[in-house]
Amino acid sequence: MNRPATPNSFRTGPDEQGMFGIFGGRFVAETLMPLILDLERHWNEVKNDADFRAELTDLSTHYAGRPSKLYFAEGLTKHLGGAKVYFKREDLNHTGSHKINNCLGQILLAKRMGKKRIIAETGAGQHGVASATVAARFGFPCVVYMGATDVARQSPNVFRMKLLGAEVRPVTAGHGTLKDAMNEALRDWVTNVEDTYYLIGTAAGPHPYPELVRDFQSVIGIEARAQILEQEGRLPDTIIAAVGGGSNAIGLFHPFLDDKEVRIIGIEAGGRGLDGIEHCASMNAGAPGVLHGNRTYLLQNADGQIMDGHSISAGLDYPGVGPEHSWLRDSGRVEYVPILDDEALEAFKLTTRVEGIIPALESAHAIAHAVKIVPAMDKDQIVIVNLSGRGDKDVHTVASMLGMEI
Amino acid sequence: MATRIDRRMAKLRNEGRPALVTYFMGGDPDYDTSLSIMRALPKAGADIIELGMPFSDPMADGPAIQAAGLRALKGGQTLVKTLKMAADFRTGDNETPIVLMGYYNPIYIYGVDRFLKDAIASGIDGLIVVDLPPEMDEELCIPALKAGINFIRLATPTTDDKRLPKVLQNTSGFVYYVSMTGITGSALADTGKVAAAVKRIKGHTDLPVCVGFGVKTAEQARVIGANADGVVVGTAIVNAVANVLGPKGEKTADPAEAVATLVSGLAQGVRSARLAAAE
Repeated sequence: MNRPATPNSFRTGPDEQGMFGIFGGRFVAETLMPLILDLERHWNEVKNDADFRAELTDLSTHYAGRPSKLYFAEGLTKHLGGAKVYFKREDLNHTGSHKINNCLGQILLAKRMGKKRIIAETGAGQHGVASATVAARFGFPCVVYMGATDVARQSPNVFRMKLLGAEVRPVTAGHGTLKDAMNEALRDWVTNVEDTYYLIGTAAGPHPYPELVRDFQSVIGIEARAQILEQEGRLPDTIIAAVGGGSNAIGLFHPFLDDKEVRIIGIEAGGRGLDGIEHCASMNAGAPGVLHGNRTYLLQNADGQIMDGHSISAGLDYPGVGPEHSWLRDSGRVEYVPILDDEALEAFKLTTRVEGIIPALESAHAIAHAVKIVPAMDKDQIVIVNLSGRGDKDVHTVASMLGMEI
Repeated sequence: MATRIDRRMAKLRNEGRPALVTYFMGGDPDYDTSLSIMRALPKAGADIIELGMPFSDPMADGPAIQAAGLRALKGGQTLVKTLKMAADFRTGDNETPIVLMGYYNPIYIYGVDRFLKDAIASGIDGLIVVDLPPEMDEELCIPALKAGINFIRLATPTTDDKRLPKVLQNTSGFVYYVSMTGITGSALADTGKVAAAVKRIKGHTDLPVCVGFGVKTAEQARVIGANADGVVVGTAIVNAVANVLGPKGEKTADPAEAVATLVSGLAQGVRSARLAAAE
């Protein structure tokens, strides 16, 4: 593929049509189009509105616990014997992952728009829990669509959502994972257009979702950048985050995109290897296509049918990726590399043992890449890994991978 | 340049009755059976054929059409074969308009220019691509119009008077009014509201307005057809196929015959629509 000319800034997208280069856009049914335009109108009103920002900051501070810490992972650093490793501790947020950042922003938007009902899709259940949480906090009824396979492998999160008052609707279509949940959420939205707000959990979907989710998640990178400058007096050499749809990654990456000296690496789910079809590495092994309202890299066959993919991590088990990542890939600013199920599992175990932190399997993918590259780096170099969520939800999956019963 | 759709609509206008537009899923449950269904449609009274292009993730479709698409894909259907099906149909029928209906990704992957060239060669007259709103017209709509293929747009209850001109701007052939907010196969909306919506759209365009989503019976076709220029039936036809398939997909009766029986009834419905309206 021809590489587009390097722009002066990597932080100006999307354009007015919602495009990042050829990626993004608004590929939705006409029924939804007026809703998306309405959302865009409201989003443009609030994004620079001081009152809105103040309300969000207040909630982020006192309800979600921000700013999250930037933690020097001394145990892992010693173990690897190379660059200094820092974790951005999104796992310490209320609800246990970065997902709350986006949910708080969008629930305030839904409130402003006068919506009466919240729907969401979820893979690992992290976004479902965060959605159910903000719905409970603001008094909205909430329906969460979740693939039946994910309902089975993320049962603790299903229970949490129910406790929070959300209705969890299992989706049996396809492989019963995130893609199928998103289809079903879109079908709900197209049916309940009057009163329903669709709280998308990742930086994907039709414009303006990729932009607004990114902006709500950028608090991760804004904080991390200021924190590393304060703690180390300089920018990091490398930042790493796992990419499913890509919201935690774009949140960390975006504030660093114009810091040319910072190497940025996104980690895709390599599953059981890129040779077969059991992975979710859409940017390494897929091709541009159109799904769920945007053009982006997708796992698909020669006829344009979408494949299901596979990952040990339900949160990465999605055959597409947010459109801005596709653009950052093609522009060369961000490297995207795959990590296998087994490598993520090893990193999960290692982090638990040497740091006393049980990371989410999604985050374990990012750590696994640090494990690969850090030993070859100098001791005075710095790597920041986004620890996007905690791993309590994954203990059943890990136990079964390790052949244990709990 | 008048297409088969324009000619057929003009003919029906002269006859003073609405069109019966029939949707079926290409390749469901297999190529040969599906082609036999397609050939049976005009004989049973269908005026325009919508040939469904299966897609793995049909976001605007209900369970019946989702299942039909999956059966077709399992049966080996591809966009190449869907185009071939149209071409095979054309060897015996050069008059009935064919509209391809589906989602954009398979077309995008096929390549827009190559697709339009092959669609014309296969005797395709129009396209309905659910996930291409007017905001994305440069993708396929404009190239299709330039190539002489009708681009039929969906208008919905959420398309207000302010937005309608944008939706109608590059629409040709006919306007497809979606009777309610929802997915295919849902219950039919209040017919009075549908009639009012058709009137509203006609205030903005001279194009024929066909109504779909939720029409399943001859009686519904008759009532909707009293005000609309055409009635679209899809889920009921797809269900007629599903009903004669056993648990393992084996045929328990002839799907083409089952579809023909249903469509004959619907055809009587549309043919009595204006008589009823005149009463």
